[in-house]
Amino acid sequence: MSLFGDVAGWFADPAHWQGTHGIPTRIVEHLELSGLAVAVAIVLSVPLALYLGHVGRGGFVAINVANIGRALPSLALLAFALPIAIALGLGLGFWPTLFALVPLAIPPILTSTFVAVREVDRDVVDAARGMGFRESQILRSIEIPLGLPLILDGMRTASVNVVATATLGAIVAGGALGRFIVDGLALQDYPQLVAGALLVALLAVATEVSFAAFARATAPAGMTANP
Amino acid sequence: MKRGRTIFAAVFAALVVATACGGAGTQGTANRPDVIIGSTNFYEQLTLGELYAQILEANGYKVTRKFNLGNREIVQPAIESGQIDIDAEYLATLLAFVDKNGAIAKPTTDPKTTQTGLQKALDPKQLTVLDFAAATDQNGFVITKATADAKNIKAISDLQPYAGNYVLGGPPECPQRPFCQLGLKTVYGLEFKDFKPLDAGGPLTVAALEGKQIDVGLLFTSDPSIVAKNFVLLDDNKHLQLADNIAPVVRNALLQKDDGTLKRLLNSISAKLTQGELNDMNKQVAVDKKDNKDVAAAWLKKQGLIK
Repeated sequence: MSLFGDVAGWFADPAHWQGTHGIPTRIVEHLELSGLAVAVAIVLSVPLALYLGHVGRGGFVAINVANIGRALPSLALLAFALPIAIALGLGLGFWPTLFALVPLAIPPILTSTFVAVREVDRDVVDAARGMGFRESQILRSIEIPLGLPLILDGMRTASVNVVATATLGAIVAGGALGRFIVDGLALQDYPQLVAGALLVALLAVATEVSFAAFARATAPAGMTANP
Repeated sequence: MKRGRTIFAAVFAALVVATACGGAGTQGTANRPDVIIGSTNFYEQLTLGELYAQILEANGYKVTRKFNLGNREIVQPAIESGQIDIDAEYLATLLAFVDKNGAIAKPTTDPKTTQTGLQKALDPKQLTVLDFAAATDQNGFVITKATADAKNIKAISDLQPYAGNYVLGGPPECPQRPFCQLGLKTVYGLEFKDFKPLDAGGPLTVAALEGKQIDVGLLFTSDPSIVAKNFVLLDDNKHLQLADNIAPVVRNALLQKDDGTLKRLLNSISAKLTQGELNDMNKQVAVDKKDNKDVAAAWLKKQGLIK
């Protein structure tokens, strides 16, 4: 019971809302890190998944390779990335964490995008081809719009995973919301630790909700009709 | 967990006793008592143990090495109960360990006072702390050689004009600890531009200092990377840190059997063991991966303590 009060007190302290160690700064750092990680994963996996889904080949191999990303512990990747980042002069914190987060974001995006394209009704694709659509037109006008909800679904899963895992960055001297958790543990300052965990959870839920709203807004007209 | 540890300690103690008994009776030179030297489980302690062992061996003592015993929670009971005779200790930390509430004496920033207090606390345990070395293993603040040369900074107090533009790096708890950022403020009046949470004198702090993400870092004073990375350890000229100077601790029973040679030999090591010499040996062992036996032998020869 008193922990609740302490956590509320921690949030109420104006000092925790200001400066380079304040909550707003940490949230911005968290979003920058997560956003860039997901963006890099999208650039790396979406074109490949679209191509493979369209031609309908190689998907098995690509998805299984990407799934290794799910099996690799992010903490191990982080530990692995740290000396490399130091050797490359990229420093601590941001870049090693980014390196650890990208492999986490790739599998859901790659898999969902591949499946989204593959699962578009073949009759529709064949009809388009019969009407003289070029392959690139089929992909652009038929497969991507119809697969969009599932494609966005993959990105949503990836983003929520990344937002929740970006806390690891604090272990290698990064900023972001993990700072509150790691510092809270080091100081045995449990209100700070719990507040940090709450902020991360809230941010992950907010990410989930925003993606859902975005998916609803961008769904093709023909797919929104209520049954 | 705890139970496992207890069993381990018991088995271990039995083993140590057994070997110790086996060794008794086979004395080396006349009136040279046999000696068992112990150490905790990190490289600096092994090197110190080797220094003590080799100088005694060179003078006719029969030495048994019981190194890598574990942490102080294991080694201190071992010396109190006679399973080992000598170990290398750190004044302030040992005093705080044997006299937890500070009922007999409290560690201070002055090594002489701390040693006196420690001796009082060790008296009932029949132990003697011999001369302490200039070398310490305690919190130290380091800067890069480039910064030191450019601004002519040698001591912590020299940071005064620059602290406002400098970032301090250390363990996350540093801002609230009296021997870290809090002490730098109260004792030295230093207010840093920012603090970067890193690790407790580990690779993150070294990397951050090297990569110029911080200007001042907290490392342990005998950290091998100070030599390896050419950092400059700032003199704690206003004595913020407790005196963790290195000193041998010896059982009184052993000293009584000896004619005073042992004490003289160990003190001769402490007399020559400066911070620079210790850090150089630590670097050779931890960074260059040399064998601590060879490093200790080379150092003793260089100092003219053995032939």
